[in-house]
Amino acid sequence: MAFDYEQYLRPGKLPHIWCPGCGHGIVMKGLIRAMDTCGLEKNNTAIVSGIGCASRLPGYVDFNTLHTAHGRAAAFATGIKMAKPEMDVLVVGGDGDGVAIGGNHFIHACRRNIDMTYVLLNNYIYGMTGGQFSPCTPVGAKASTTPYGNPDPTFDIAKLAIGAGATFVARTTAFHATQIDKLIAAGLRHKGMAIIEVLDDCPTAYGRRNKFRSVIDMMKRLKEIAVPIKAAAHMTPEQLEGKVLTGILHQEERPEYCEQYQQVIASAQGD
Amino acid sequence: MAKKVALLQGNEACALGALYAGCSFFGGYPITPSTEVAEVMSKELPKTGGKFIQMEDEIAAMASILGASLTGAKVLTATSGPGISLKQELIGYACIAEIPCVIVNVMRGGPSTGMPTGPSQSDVMQAKWGTHGDHPAIALVPASCQEIFSETVRAFNLAEIYRMPVQILLDEINGHMRERIEFPEPGELEVIDRQQPTVSPADYKPFDDSQGDIPPLASFGSEYRYHVTGLNKAADGFPTAKPELVDAEERRQLRKIEANRADIEKNEEYLTDDAEFIVVAYGTISRSARYAVDVLRKEGIKAGLFRPITLWPFPEARMAELANQVKAIVVPEMNLGQMILEVERVTRRVCPVEGIGRVDGEPITPAQIVAKVKEVL
Ligand SMILES: Cc1ncc(C[n+]2csc(CCOP(=O)(O)OP(=O)(O)O)c2C)c(N)n1
Ligand code: SF4
Ligand SMILES: [Mg+2]
Repeated sequence: MAFDYEQYLRPGKLPHIWCPGCGHGIVMKGLIRAMDTCGLEKNNTAIVSGIGCASRLPGYVDFNTLHTAHGRAAAFATGIKMAKPEMDVLVVGGDGDGVAIGGNHFIHACRRNIDMTYVLLNNYIYGMTGGQFSPCTPVGAKASTTPYGNPDPTFDIAKLAIGAGATFVARTTAFHATQIDKLIAAGLRHKGMAIIEVLDDCPTAYGRRNKFRSVIDMMKRLKEIAVPIKAAAHMTPEQLEGKVLTGILHQEERPEYCEQYQQVIASAQGD
Repeated sequence: MAKKVALLQGNEACALGALYAGCSFFGGYPITPSTEVAEVMSKELPKTGGKFIQMEDEIAAMASILGASLTGAKVLTATSGPGISLKQELIGYACIAEIPCVIVNVMRGGPSTGMPTGPSQSDVMQAKWGTHGDHPAIALVPASCQEIFSETVRAFNLAEIYRMPVQILLDEINGHMRERIEFPEPGELEVIDRQQPTVSPADYKPFDDSQGDIPPLASFGSEYRYHVTGLNKAADGFPTAKPELVDAEERRQLRKIEANRADIEKNEEYLTDDAEFIVVAYGTISRSARYAVDVLRKEGIKAGLFRPITLWPFPEARMAELANQVKAIVVPEMNLGQMILEVERVTRRVCPVEGIGRVDGEPITPAQIVAKVKEVL
């Protein structure tokens, strides 16, 4: 039987704002399947986002949803989780939102290892504002503010998250649609900060400027650059040039922030 | 039974007032001269089962309290100078999304890093106009440590009643000054909790104004489920750009203040009945002003003090009335003329309005005020 997405979508809120061919819709479907797999209860779940095309996702799904300010989603989510640790808390948002303006909140949420699942939709461009370069835009690429090609080095979000202390870090692409829900589900089951980066595409603001003739061309590229982490172990650095690793890139056990704070409460109360 | 008493700093009194009001979440970032508020909260909140978090910056601190407030918690943050500048975007978020929260701003000299340990009253206009766009504002300016305690309780009440941010403006002097405080017994000061929705979850709309200008706010994690955004939105909380809905929403938010001035405004008057000259002063400087009034009265000059305790909304009606009665108004403040603009505006200059401004990190003295009144005599 086909999966019933409707049960999780808010009636009357579609059509969404995303352009035809935008990768964000694929990620939303994966997220919904993952939440279904994990049996997340609607009233007990909060989905928090910042600002951007990706950050409009929460408006479409039937949970407690909070569309905050540009870059601040992780900090709002931290307040929700701390105040009500029994809730399941997710963050969704774009690359600009998460690691440019929100970079500070991103790394500190990773460091605290607070129990949240952060799905970062990386289309390596500022889609909503018309295609200015982001910290994830490839060097040399054209954006509306890099008319001569992008001179800025690129963030590796997964490495950033691992370095900052996230205890679950995974990556996949919008082409690998069935892996999206598996990785998000694994992140939801993980106790601690889980970052799932999904590489997707913005045909409108990026593809058009960078000689992608169609959405299919962009999808083909996602397929070609992705290398499962296990396969990468048998590949030479030359073979890995220009590729991105996918799958669960890092997982470890470390005390979770809200649980640690319970010990603060116990000490304060003198138990 | 004798009341519990203590010798407390204003900042400490503020933190304890917050606990009295039922605050259960504090998100902060250290900055002089506000840090003691965070320090007391970090110690006392976990004793009550509440949560203290030191975030990575003031923006994050502000974000964390708004997230926590949406779960139903009463929330507080405290900052100063550069920190209050950083919070402005999310103060606007709290206004438009109508999320109750209390923000303590222990004012220090500026702009920029300015004078971290020097007192100031230079955020008067920022407290009203700091964030972009039209929005409601409530700001309280207590003068003594006892009043800081009780006004902090009132700040929480106003935030919860009107579903909006409320700012408490202290300054380096009354934030750090120590005074004897008598702790009110539980129940002695009114503590108001957030109104909960009574409609069924299916019918709940977080901005439905059909029952009044302040729709009840449900908590995340309860049986109610809803959407919150910083975009202009319709009654159901979802974005809209329909001109008539946007207009109605903005006007309703300002009406929360305008229609409830009697409840929100609070002033103290000292010897104003027969006054021919009045000093309008707030916070720490109102104490110099009161002393100055006594000195002037002894010399036979009919001086009085008008002290706003609620600074925003500004007590327009009473101020205008007093202006018609007196020969001149003197406005001392530790800035180069902020509240005086409001005094001039609402009194329509029916009498001379003279300011005393000071930004050198020293308080305005009674002698300065006495001299000014004599000058305008
Ligand atoms: C404080 C602030 N600065 C700038 C903006 C303008 N802005 C809106 S969305 C956006 C970029 C979004 O890019 P990304 O997060 O990658 O999401 P996408 O649209 O690509 O999905 C920017 C710069 C804003 N809303 N707020
Ligand atoms: S502009 Fe780009 S990111 Fe935004 S909806 Fe269109 S395709 Fe998607
Ligand atoms: Mg993007």
